[in-house]
Amino acid sequence: MTILGFLIPLALVMGLSGLAFFFWAMKVGQFDDLDGAANRILIDEDGPG
Amino acid sequence: MNAIVPPPAAAPQATPFPTTPPAATVDSRFTVPGMRCAACIGKIERGLAAVPGVASARVNLSARRVAVGHVPGLDAEAIIEELRRLGFEAERAADNPLARDSGEQGAETKRLMRALAVAGFGMMNIMLFSVSVWSGADLVTREMFHWLSALIAIPVVAYSGRPFFASALMALRHRRTNMDVPISIGVLLATGMSLYETVTGGAHAYFDGAVMLLFFLLAGRALDAAMRGRARSGIAALLGRMGRGAQVVGDDGAARYLEAERLVPGMVMLVAAGEALAADGEIVEGSTAIDASMLTGESDPRPVGPGDPVHAGMINLGNPVRVAITAAARDTAIADIARLMDEAGQSRSRYVRIADRAARLYAPAVHTLAFLSFCGWLVAGAGVYKALTIATAVLIITCPCALGLAVPAAQVVAAGALMRRGLLIKDGSALERLAEVDEVVLDKTGTLTLGEPRPVNLAVLTAHTGPIALGLAQSSRHPLSRGLARALREAGVRPAPIVAVSETAGAGMRGRYEGVEVALLRPEVESGGLAVDLLVGGFRTRLAFADPLRPDVRETLAALHAQGLRTSIASGDRVEAVGVVARELGLFAAAAMDPAGKLALLERRAAAGHRVLMVGDGLNDGPALAGAHVSIAPGGASDVSQQAADAVFVGERLMPVALALKAARATMRVVRENFAVAVLYNVLAVPLAILGFVTPLVAALAMSGSSLLVVGNSLRLARAAGGKEAA
Repeated sequence: MTILGFLIPLALVMGLSGLAFFFWAMKVGQFDDLDGAANRILIDEDGPG
Repeated sequence: MNAIVPPPAAAPQATPFPTTPPAATVDSRFTVPGMRCAACIGKIERGLAAVPGVASARVNLSARRVAVGHVPGLDAEAIIEELRRLGFEAERAADNPLARDSGEQGAETKRLMRALAVAGFGMMNIMLFSVSVWSGADLVTREMFHWLSALIAIPVVAYSGRPFFASALMALRHRRTNMDVPISIGVLLATGMSLYETVTGGAHAYFDGAVMLLFFLLAGRALDAAMRGRARSGIAALLGRMGRGAQVVGDDGAARYLEAERLVPGMVMLVAAGEALAADGEIVEGSTAIDASMLTGESDPRPVGPGDPVHAGMINLGNPVRVAITAAARDTAIADIARLMDEAGQSRSRYVRIADRAARLYAPAVHTLAFLSFCGWLVAGAGVYKALTIATAVLIITCPCALGLAVPAAQVVAAGALMRRGLLIKDGSALERLAEVDEVVLDKTGTLTLGEPRPVNLAVLTAHTGPIALGLAQSSRHPLSRGLARALREAGVRPAPIVAVSETAGAGMRGRYEGVEVALLRPEVESGGLAVDLLVGGFRTRLAFADPLRPDVRETLAALHAQGLRTSIASGDRVEAVGVVARELGLFAAAAMDPAGKLALLERRAAAGHRVLMVGDGLNDGPALAGAHVSIAPGGASDVSQQAADAVFVGERLMPVALALKAARATMRVVRENFAVAVLYNVLAVPLAILGFVTPLVAALAMSGSSLLVVGNSLRLARAAGGKEAA
């Protein structure tokens, strides 16, 4: 059962880092323009750089 | 595969515009309704970045916006002009009240999403412990797991529960009760009881139930908020037809730009061809034709000369004129209509949404039930602790998880499907009211018809002259040019590269193509009706214009009739003009109606017990749109109409209107099914809870089961409302 002492904190840390990542993604606007990102990939990058 | 990936060092240079501004820049935002694809993004970002003074341009395709960083010297008009040269109609976004509104909406959605994420995190981790407790962990292990659950649950409840606690407090402060009161009491009681269990080393902790309840309810709220936010931003992007300002001639004869709200009577404004008037006034110099369809619904341009009154919102189609302002800002005819609308909109705000109607019955019932089971167990001889546990179980099990999801889940799915078909719904209550409609009143100009002139004899253009006409027409903002350009583009014509294009206001466009003089001019000899002449070399082609019916008017009306709806026309246009359309479509029509008249007509129908859907675009429809039981405006409508309407449809087809009614009815059917599921669930679960058989495991299973059932049932709507759906 001592494995729990390792696994539980690990699960919590992973969960928390996922949550922190989501908060960060929201803060920097990853979800602001969902359609745009999907379309940008189609733009040719050979324009004036 | 990895071999073809370019070295990472090359990536930053690939950015099509410099991201670091060289000097201090200001940010301006523009709504560009016309951009739809990757090519548009590239064209706008590269095109604007090439303009001197522009440091950066970034497109947001979802919001149909462009954020431009530029030097302070470059004014917004110049950027709009650049966008137009790139082929996109644009409007400044900053002075748009709805745009700010959508920003607030976004903030609310974000808050709810964060609360939902936290609740989700808490739910999963607590479940981890709960599952092991259910599967038999006991003594020290169970106690430790309960403590860990408490450690997670208490901050999660404190953070994610805030929207409910705040709303419940607000309701209690006004001595009312709403759905959030039993939710808050349930969650707080469950958390408190579980904490007590944990401290005393008891067997049952409800942390999982409390957090799961929050998660499902927040999911419902977030869906609701996201739907409102999305529809609003779509509408904000479509806004912008009215004069926001004017070139005012000063004492020294120089013209400078003034915002509409800073105009005062007595000023003289210069109105160029194609510009919308920003204030009421009287023409002092020049004569022209104006498009008054926004105010009167009249489709033909009206000739005006010195001394004639003109109103804000009208569009100058001909020559530049000078207009002495007689009324500005709050005193214009438009403002009067706005006031009329405000009053008409009051009746709408009395509508009670179905979820609130359900809550009104549900909340007191839940309170009573929980309280009665508490008293009942006390009387039956159980201790306070046992009675309180059971009362909490009743509160948690009856808490409207499925009920909270029943309405928003169905409405979000339906609204999403309708949005892909070109109809933006502002909020869920609009869908509910749409489902009750039994009569449809349609405006003529801009609703049954396209509301803009289109060439009627495109066939006279050849493979040679067609591209020339498009090349000329696309550089002008004049309604005839725009109508021509659109019709040609739809016919698959590619523009010819015209050089040295110049526009003479009121006369037309001139340019050169392959060394030949080409021009698109107003006919020198008036021929009755709208027309332009295309000159290629010395060869003259006459193009006639008319305001055609939308392509699928007949199918739409047939679809409406098939749903058992009465339809009629109410137009501000002349009797003859309306008569032609009414006879063609076989509809009863009322013509020459002013805004108050339309409103009165709707009130008569409402008094006769009918629920009327008003479809209209013009400013003269504004009060009727606000006063009708529910209303829809086309995307080309005036700002005011789009704000007054509950929904906006984009594009040239009218079918989204019929589709919306069908989808609304399907939605309400699903909502009722969802309610039935929720009620059935309660009928089964509540007796168990009252009798004291509900353990945390049963509560968790029952809640997720009913919630999934409701969401699954709602997802069926995507097919019903969307027809064939690729995405």
